[in-house]
Amino acid sequence: MGLRSISRRQLFTVAATAAGVACSSGDGNGGTILRNVSYDPTREFYQDINARFAEVWKAKSGAALTVEQSHGGSGKQARAVIDGLEADVVTLALAYDIDAIAEKAHLLPATWQTRLPNNSSPYTSTIVFLVRKGNPKGIRGWDDIVKPGIAVVTANPKTSGGARWNYLAAWGFALKQNNGDQGKAREFVSTVYKNVPVLDSGARGSTTTFAQRGLGDVLLSWENEAYMALKEFGADQLEIVVPQQSVLAEPVVAVVDALVERRGTRNAAEAYLQFLYADAGQEIAAKHRYRPRQDGAAARAGVTFPKIELYSVDEIAGGWKSAHAAHFADGALFDEIYKPVG
Amino acid sequence: MSFRRYSILPGFGITLGYTVFYLSLVVIIPLGALILKSTSLSWDQFLAAATAPRVVASYRLTLLSSLAAALVNAFFGFIVAWSLVRYDFPGRRIVDALVDLPFALPTAVSGIVLSTIYAKNGWIGQFLEPLGIRAAYSPLGITIALIFIGLPFVVRIMQPAIEELDPEMEEAAGSLGANGWQTFSRVIFPSLLPALTTGFALAFARALGEYGSVIFIAGNMPMKTEITSLLIVTKLEQYDYAGATAIAVVMLAASFLLLLGINLFQRHSGARFGRTA
Repeated sequence: MGLRSISRRQLFTVAATAAGVACSSGDGNGGTILRNVSYDPTREFYQDINARFAEVWKAKSGAALTVEQSHGGSGKQARAVIDGLEADVVTLALAYDIDAIAEKAHLLPATWQTRLPNNSSPYTSTIVFLVRKGNPKGIRGWDDIVKPGIAVVTANPKTSGGARWNYLAAWGFALKQNNGDQGKAREFVSTVYKNVPVLDSGARGSTTTFAQRGLGDVLLSWENEAYMALKEFGADQLEIVVPQQSVLAEPVVAVVDALVERRGTRNAAEAYLQFLYADAGQEIAAKHRYRPRQDGAAARAGVTFPKIELYSVDEIAGGWKSAHAAHFADGALFDEIYKPVG
Repeated sequence: MSFRRYSILPGFGITLGYTVFYLSLVVIIPLGALILKSTSLSWDQFLAAATAPRVVASYRLTLLSSLAAALVNAFFGFIVAWSLVRYDFPGRRIVDALVDLPFALPTAVSGIVLSTIYAKNGWIGQFLEPLGIRAAYSPLGITIALIFIGLPFVVRIMQPAIEELDPEMEEAAGSLGANGWQTFSRVIFPSLLPALTTGFALAFARALGEYGSVIFIAGNMPMKTEITSLLIVTKLEQYDYAGATAIAVVMLAASFLLLLGINLFQRHSGARFGRTA
């Protein structure tokens, strides 16, 4: 949540400065320190990854390694990196945020997404529904959330990465349903947001609003976050509804070139990201309900993912750049929804 | 002008130098940088950023809810301060300490606590909901949060002023035939007015810039419950630094003018009663 991530970040900045002075070679007596700047719901996932990767690295190179984590809203984290938060790797909710780091601060090349397999996205996720126990409003798919009287909880897509996926999931559904008719899709998305009573600024915030404050009938949520909420708030309170179609959310990872060059941590940082694609990394992802890229990783982890017809951002919006321009930029479609009439 | 008058005091040069240096470092340089950044926009862009309908709606909401909160605080803060100074009751020291809590609590914590209490399943919210009053996620919720964070300003400013009140003045008023209300409205209130205005101004200014405690209870709906500082943060998260500073500059100018106005009013009323707080 906001509070925790802020204090963590402050600590982090202090630590980063101190460490930057103490072991500018990146390989002092305490071993290598890698900093992974990530978004909100990955906290538990990367804790697991970091512990396992440290073992692998030790076995391979004989050197100790610690990974420090920083979490917050995806856009907020990207801005922190642009403003000077030292990150060896960034693992964010959407490509647009890493694009911003490349564009505004030139810390990595604009072609970063071509350097690793699968669009630099080692695991995927999707958007599902979280409803009250027993599904009292009978919500089964996207069509049900635009019905009058249904309160939909989601965050503000202008500030939250997860909320952008929510928005695009609804958009993609309507587009598919209406054979690509943009006008109809526009209408559908407007109706969804007319049903939204509260816009939190981040995905974790809206989970809290829905689960703890008891507001709303349905929460649009990351698949992994939905399972987290189920565990946290109890399966006697909430249940997950998986729609037939949804968006293929591709969280992305990248090495921040300018930083690893300066700190001499390139090898470790690259190995760290490679580890996410390796068997062990993929299994850990599946365990935390991120959909692994590798066939069989989910089965090995003992997790089954419900079958959903998934559409990608390229398919429904022509990639993040044009999605941003058409939907989330100032004065674009999302702003239009809230424009006062007359 | 007034330079010469005070120059007999020792250490004038060094304290004035320090004042200028300190104010520059702490206030003027950051604000100057803010204004400078906003000049990277052309005048048209600046206007467009600062006067978009959503932004204007947020100015209105921020100003009105801050004003309402400051007025409520001025009224009840006065009563609290009065009780704490004039009456001795069991637990007075504890109540006195409680007043400072909103200062000490991280604003995000107050925001989360308030929204938990005032949400429709919260302690207070569950009683308001059947009455048709929606406290959390409405302008009312925003005002409640602002009242919470502003209270200590009024109380802490009023306390010393009330302590300083000379009881002889009240006795004199009484012996000249004034009743209780007349004593209060003609003697006590005017001499406390400068302090009350200061407390009001501080609570008001604090509310204008508040972020942490409000966003959790506001609901953040465009045109309805978005405060200005939220819009600034929203702009920042879209990497629109210049747009964010445009709104900030407007807010800054408005706050400055309001505070200046209040200061002038206070001077005026202070001069009328022959004292300044």
